[in-house]
Amino acid sequence: MVENKSHIEEVLRNVTDPEIPVLTIQELGIYQGFESEGDKITVLITPTYTGCPAMDMITVNVKSAMEDAGYKNVVVKLVLSPIWTTDMISQEGHRKLKEYGIAPPVEKTTDSSFLSGEEKVVPCPQCESKNTQLISQFGSTACKALYKCNDCLEPFDYFKCY
Amino acid sequence: MKYVLQLADNAMILGQRLAEWCGHGPILEQDIAITNISLDLIGEARVLYQYAAEIEGGGKTEDDYPYKRDVRDWRNLLLVEQPNGHFGYTIVRQFMFDCYHYFHLKAMADSKDERLAVIAKKTIKEATYHLKYSSEWMIRLGDGTEESRSKMQEALDDRIRFFDEAFIPSKLENDESLKGIAVDCLSIRDAAWTKFTEVCNTATLTIPEVKFPQKGGKDGMHTEHLGFILAELQFLQKSYPNSNW
Ligand SMILES: [Zn+2]
Repeated sequence: MVENKSHIEEVLRNVTDPEIPVLTIQELGIYQGFESEGDKITVLITPTYTGCPAMDMITVNVKSAMEDAGYKNVVVKLVLSPIWTTDMISQEGHRKLKEYGIAPPVEKTTDSSFLSGEEKVVPCPQCESKNTQLISQFGSTACKALYKCNDCLEPFDYFKCY
Repeated sequence: MKYVLQLADNAMILGQRLAEWCGHGPILEQDIAITNISLDLIGEARVLYQYAAEIEGGGKTEDDYPYKRDVRDWRNLLLVEQPNGHFGYTIVRQFMFDCYHYFHLKAMADSKDERLAVIAKKTIKEATYHLKYSSEWMIRLGDGTEESRSKMQEALDDRIRFFDEAFIPSKLENDESLKGIAVDCLSIRDAAWTKFTEVCNTATLTIPEVKFPQKGGKDGMHTEHLGFILAELQFLQKSYPNSNW
């Protein structure tokens, strides 16, 4: 069963996020490994936001990816710890977000500026300009805020620190 | 378990109220913001109902609580069941709730009950954004045009009587067995009021004196509004018992 484990791991790592399809659940940092008992596989996922509607989709995606790979008895378990933070998005994840047109989180949640709630400069993912402004704290989904670039005039989503 | 339900009920009812705005927000961005807050709160309610179901056992599921209980079994604050009114009323209600919710979760993160502590640590991240959002709108509308200011003042004058209920311990919260588990809500009153006062001052709003503070929600004594919310929430379940969707 040892080679099985690495196969399962590979299948799971490559499941993508339904809202940001360029990111895998591993790069997003929500994939927390799996446990197996006989032929039953329990996949552990820590949700981004408590009420994130994408979680149901992720559950479906995980199950169907596993089913395609030949694993039929799969349960997805949402675990609250470790508590997800944007710090768990990988370097590769940051790069892909930017390429996709979403500005990645600019700071660590442990930074003093985050803790004090001070506004940070969010560079435009299109033209790198630092001359941007916050339009709305909440963008198309809870995890994003809506910004506008004052140079290229494009609106863009910013992946908020969490 | 009853304490967990009380916490869940607050999040559930406010989440449900906010969901009524969906598609009716004053501008699209606010509509989205309110919907997101609503989703966060319903998400919080769900993890709490799941926990309650685990404690109670006997095959209970998270859906049994929101869909199968009568008005008198609900333990939410009267504040959260008050109608949306105009946008000013919604913001004032949200802001009052956020002032309470944020400090409540901050204290609950130290609960001796590990599950409650982890739920608090998770959801306070969301509550922090909510408080920031509602504070900004209190200030923007309060310190805005003459009309927006008078609407905010009207909402504040009317709803202030529901603010203090959150900080008056109920019999359940005072129960010896919940010591160190439940948040001592009296102990967070000062912090919440300080934040509340600070924002109201910046918003140039006058905090009215409360003559008749309203309470009873935590003991199951609700205003007439809760019945209507539940009628809507439970309609499907009552018409088609045990349907899954
Ligand atoms: Zn730009």
